[in-house]
Amino acid sequence: MEPETALLFNAIIAGLLLGGFYAAVSVGVSISFGMLDVVNIAHPAFVILGSYIAYIVNDRMGFDPIVVSIVLSPLFFLLGSLLYRVYYICFEKRGQESLRGLAFFFGILFITEVALVLIFGVDYRFVQTAYSETTLRLGAIDFPMRLVVPFLVSVTMVVGIQLFLTHTFFGRAVLAVAQDTLALRLMGVNTFRVKEFAFALSIATAGVAGAFLIVIQPVQPAIGREYIGLVFAVCVLGGMGSIWGTLLGALVLGLAESFTSTFFGPSWAPAVSFGLLLATLAFKPSGLLGR
Amino acid sequence: MNRLTPWLSTGLFALALVFAVPAQAQQPPLRIGFGMSLTGPLAGNGKAALISMQIWAEDVNARGGILGRKVELVYYDDQTNPSTVPSIYTKLLDVDKVDLIVSGYGTNVIAPAMPIVMQRNMAFMALFGLNVNSKFSYSRYFQIMPAGPEPAIGWTQGFFDTAMGLSPKPQTIALVGADAEYPALALEGAREQVKRAGLKVVYDKSYPPNTVDFSPIVRAIQATNPDLVFVASYPPDSAGIVRAANEVGLKTRMFGGGMVGTQFAALKTQLGPLLNGLVNYEAYVPEVAAKFPFLEQFLVEYQARAVKEGVDPLGYYLPPYAYAMMQVLEQAIKATGGLDQAKLADYMHKTEFETCVGKVRFGSNGEWAAPRMLAVQYHGISGNDLEQWKKPGRVTVLAPSSYATGTVTTPYQDSRR
Repeated sequence: MEPETALLFNAIIAGLLLGGFYAAVSVGVSISFGMLDVVNIAHPAFVILGSYIAYIVNDRMGFDPIVVSIVLSPLFFLLGSLLYRVYYICFEKRGQESLRGLAFFFGILFITEVALVLIFGVDYRFVQTAYSETTLRLGAIDFPMRLVVPFLVSVTMVVGIQLFLTHTFFGRAVLAVAQDTLALRLMGVNTFRVKEFAFALSIATAGVAGAFLIVIQPVQPAIGREYIGLVFAVCVLGGMGSIWGTLLGALVLGLAESFTSTFFGPSWAPAVSFGLLLATLAFKPSGLLGR
Repeated sequence: MNRLTPWLSTGLFALALVFAVPAQAQQPPLRIGFGMSLTGPLAGNGKAALISMQIWAEDVNARGGILGRKVELVYYDDQTNPSTVPSIYTKLLDVDKVDLIVSGYGTNVIAPAMPIVMQRNMAFMALFGLNVNSKFSYSRYFQIMPAGPEPAIGWTQGFFDTAMGLSPKPQTIALVGADAEYPALALEGAREQVKRAGLKVVYDKSYPPNTVDFSPIVRAIQATNPDLVFVASYPPDSAGIVRAANEVGLKTRMFGGGMVGTQFAALKTQLGPLLNGLVNYEAYVPEVAAKFPFLEQFLVEYQARAVKEGVDPLGYYLPPYAYAMMQVLEQAIKATGGLDQAKLADYMHKTEFETCVGKVRFGSNGEWAAPRMLAVQYHGISGNDLEQWKKPGRVTVLAPSSYATGTVTTPYQDSRR
């Protein structure tokens, strides 16, 4: 294979793998922000919490961090459920969810960060897995397992969530809440329960994404802030509340970042990614797959 | 009356003592203020530096303080965020009324403190900022980092001296670094070195600080087939770039240069064997322990404390210099007998200081008069345990020549195995 062709194919693979990770980080925001209208700005903090829990279990017991995150996802689900109850009682029920709710999630973001600093310290943490240092080579094309494994699990998770939302009664109720909460209430549905479930699901995905993050790069308590812009950008680019859109948006941003880094210089990557977002919104304001 | 006189005088003497002791104890403490990165990306390093400074304060206070005054450190978390720095130093000077100020850790937080420091004409000891004073030319600025009188050049000197000593001489170089203050200044120095050495630059790009995957960057560098790859990066990027270089199978003669993070235990243990073959900088390694006898006592005290506090358990890089920075200040105050900032600065310019990092003398721009940063190559690292870093055998010191313990192994793809 010609070096230029190899570079191109490697850029595509790297972009797709990166996009898979971005999808895992963003799918929760797509549910909470895109479907439920809950501006959970603290989502990246739960991603980092997931990273630390995966780290501590891996460090003490040697279990694979991604397996740990899947096994412990019910705990994150419960945490999300509890958080939504507090948010609902204190803000949403009183119609104060817009500004005060945003401040609430900012507070949660800082409290989570400080708690992690106090418990784990400020050093970078990283995990070693059986596949961390393995790279599969198909001719001149590399598949670093450090990114391939999170990509595969992430795509499975996103597809699973989409199937759940479209093929189960409760999932369809979540989609219905996203479309018209009032209509659902008039039909006698307890929309609080539905939204609580959906929000809890979004936090559970953050826990799993956290395990991906610590497999990919070292983590420290404040690193989550770097992802706030990204997750909301993916969510808006893909189309608010569209799970397929989130996956597509994440892959597009991953590919844009990889191509720009490879062929034009990495410092242009954010400009190209957000330029793409602006262009999409200009021509299709509802996002790539939004209605 | 005569019989009462001795009693009276004894009583008066006792009273005088009673009041004299509190009078001395009531001397206000000597307050030294600073911002320090206690959260954010550089918090691991900042906290290690803070512990060193606290050890110094405890040591000084155990000896009775400075000029009879106990030392008190007044500090705030700058969150590794340059925008917080001006308000921190304004508060320290105007609200807390500290007597002296020193810097936090790193170029990014030293530079934004400079305008306030200069406005108030304070003598300013700074902790590991690269070439900051080149932009300000402030006569009361002093830098404890041993980068030498031309810091940007001195910082990269070891890497380029080693590279240009290779046979055949390298012809091409790739330069890459983060979009931030330190990497920008380090790359500036590297470009000057490139010009002097007559190398051809085949790649010169920066990347945004929140980059997750570095493999596209490393592949783009590989496509230019450079003889040398110089990297100026912060800890998470250093880890990402080293990993990507191993995954991509980077082929070049020398790789590394200005990567922050590999000096600390956290990245040393996390990256382990992936560091093999990398050429980078260190302030101290056990291989040259015989030439750093002054460091031993400090490291014993620091390492015991660091384990308890959960920060860098080795303390080879930043902590000794944080302690030494305070020693310089202490000696200057004692010698000048006060806190006159002009006298302090004048004394610091003229004097050679005995510190836990050896003899320190400042040049006219406040930088070390002679550079002493070590260029090293990592090799023979197996596993991720910390103990291997505490004894000689994992590092070859390449430069400066007076500290060299061997020569560089090239190319990188062979030396990393």
